[in-house]
Amino acid sequence: MSNLSKAFDHGKAFVAFITCGDPDLETTAACVRAMAEAGADLIELGIPFSDPTAEGPVIQSANVRALSGGVTTEKIFELVRELRRDVTVPMVFMTYANVVYSYGAEKFISICREIGVDGLILPDVPYEEREEFAPLCAQYGLDLVPLVAPTSEQRIAKIARDAQGFVYIVSSLGVTGVRSKITSDIDSVVSLIRENTDLPCAVGFGISTPEQARAMAAKSDGAIVGSAIVKLIAQHGKNAAPHVGAYVKAMKDGVRQA
Amino acid sequence: MTNPNGRFGVHGGQYIPETLMNAVQELEEAYNYYKNDPAFNAELEELFTEYANRPSRLYYAEKVTRDLGGAKIYLKREDLNHTGAHKINNVLGQALLAKKMGKTRLIAETGAGQHGVATATAATLMDMECVVFMGEEDTKRQALNVYKMRLLGAEVVPVKTGTATLKDAVSEAMREWTSRISDTHYCLGSVMGPHPFPTIVRDFQAVISKEIKAQVLQKEGRLPDVVLACVGGGSNAIGAFYHFIDEPSVRLIGCEAAGRGVDTFETAATIATGRLGIFHGMKSYFCQDEFGQIAPVYSISAGLDYPGIGPEHAWLHDTGRAEYVPVTDDEAVDAFEYLSRMEGIIPAIESSHAMAHAMRLAPAMGKDQIIVVNLSGRGDKDCAAIARYRGEDLHE
Repeated sequence: MSNLSKAFDHGKAFVAFITCGDPDLETTAACVRAMAEAGADLIELGIPFSDPTAEGPVIQSANVRALSGGVTTEKIFELVRELRRDVTVPMVFMTYANVVYSYGAEKFISICREIGVDGLILPDVPYEEREEFAPLCAQYGLDLVPLVAPTSEQRIAKIARDAQGFVYIVSSLGVTGVRSKITSDIDSVVSLIRENTDLPCAVGFGISTPEQARAMAAKSDGAIVGSAIVKLIAQHGKNAAPHVGAYVKAMKDGVRQA
Repeated sequence: MTNPNGRFGVHGGQYIPETLMNAVQELEEAYNYYKNDPAFNAELEELFTEYANRPSRLYYAEKVTRDLGGAKIYLKREDLNHTGAHKINNVLGQALLAKKMGKTRLIAETGAGQHGVATATAATLMDMECVVFMGEEDTKRQALNVYKMRLLGAEVVPVKTGTATLKDAVSEAMREWTSRISDTHYCLGSVMGPHPFPTIVRDFQAVISKEIKAQVLQKEGRLPDVVLACVGGGSNAIGAFYHFIDEPSVRLIGCEAAGRGVDTFETAATIATGRLGIFHGMKSYFCQDEFGQIAPVYSISAGLDYPGIGPEHAWLHDTGRAEYVPVTDDEAVDAFEYLSRMEGIIPAIESSHAMAHAMRLAPAMGKDQIIVVNLSGRGDKDCAAIARYRGEDLHE
């Protein structure tokens, strides 16, 4: 079993996202440690991209803050190296195809292996284009985590069958961001996934409250939260770590009740 | 020309969020059906002729030819189409297709505003709702087109993210599409984005080269030596090139916007300064930094101010079948003024990039040789900006 799947070994999982370098890498390091201590089971490290087409305004702004602060892919590799001295929680990179491709996919993926990143989530690489990165991920033992959406319908079976790590269920139409209500039929998506793979699946996009996290984790194997955490960082800046830690703890408690 | 998976050599593909995959596959199926449907084609033909004023003229620019002293210059008058540019060809095709697919709402990105105006026009004609995303910077540069879109009943959404220009408008239109798919068609304006858009847009624009070929054969009894077109995403260029790709005697030259020069950061010349990447749904050449962050490009022309190029152009470049040359703001403005004064034709600043290269090439060519310049749009929308570029205090 891959490291990523192990994130789901101790009950329902809470997956926390952060944009690296927002507002600087020291804050990111402090927040990652706070999230790990608060019980996050898996941490998604966002490598900022100039034009994040799957993100709503909250994470778009975080990308702008991070890039204007001068963060680069290489500096983020250094951050992970440093974090891996003490942080053992599974970690994945969430970024866009061009960040990996432009760096040199093999070089990028081999460095991930070396520094202890367990997988990749690339929202602009659908099933049809996974061959661009999947063989290299397999070669270096990384999971290329696939996404399924409310519109995936008959595509879910093949996506689940070829999935690695876990299946990322996009809860709603549209981009990332906090939503007051999630109306999609998550149950039928999950049952289709379970018919086709033994891998865990977790729901993301739009989740911000412990109650939502509990509800989504009850339907699946976990809840993924990004924008709500990024919002806290936007609000508290360099002093965000304790706030992020407290938030993750509350969310993890929510997930535990699922 | 397209592989089944939407590739042109290594370029193209479908690098988009999973949420959109069914939508683009549904679009591909519908297009593959309707492109061979005689009734669809008859309806489109009727719209082209009766509504858009096709065929557009191939005009012999005699005074320009005499003045430059070399090759004969012909202008393909896409500027005389309804709405004033080649954009209407693609939009009528896609709007009709969307209507057949049962969509009731069109969304679009626009740079200079020509594609936005064309989309708003087609939406009005076909009783569809219309929302156009336009970089805030461009809404200022092209205020007249913003007014036109609103007059036509479209909602114009100024995009404030990133550089607030064309690429950000594309990103925002894609985001909007992921949030509302069932009733909405994304009417993409250039030969870019995920498959099948580069193929669909090319096919609807290919009418340009089909007409050029027939018209030049009728007037001159031979094919042209050179076909010139400006390239941003590349829709008017692919339209002007397409039926000549298998005619090796015809040189195909795309003119990129070099802005203040390809040795500066203020450029949008993708082939000259970009490298291979993946963005906006496609693999192609993009202006980007060493870590793959898309570069904030610049050109005086809002329509060419895009950091990428369509995948079929990238492939025509790789194979050497087409050439791509940079043209600066200064050269384009000179050509804008030159054509206005010589022929009484005010070209779009985009098309002026192609005209500028004709001015470089023609003098060294023989008098029996022929250059066709695709005059992709009219320049009314640019007059105020060019006046300001020349130091006049003119505001719309």
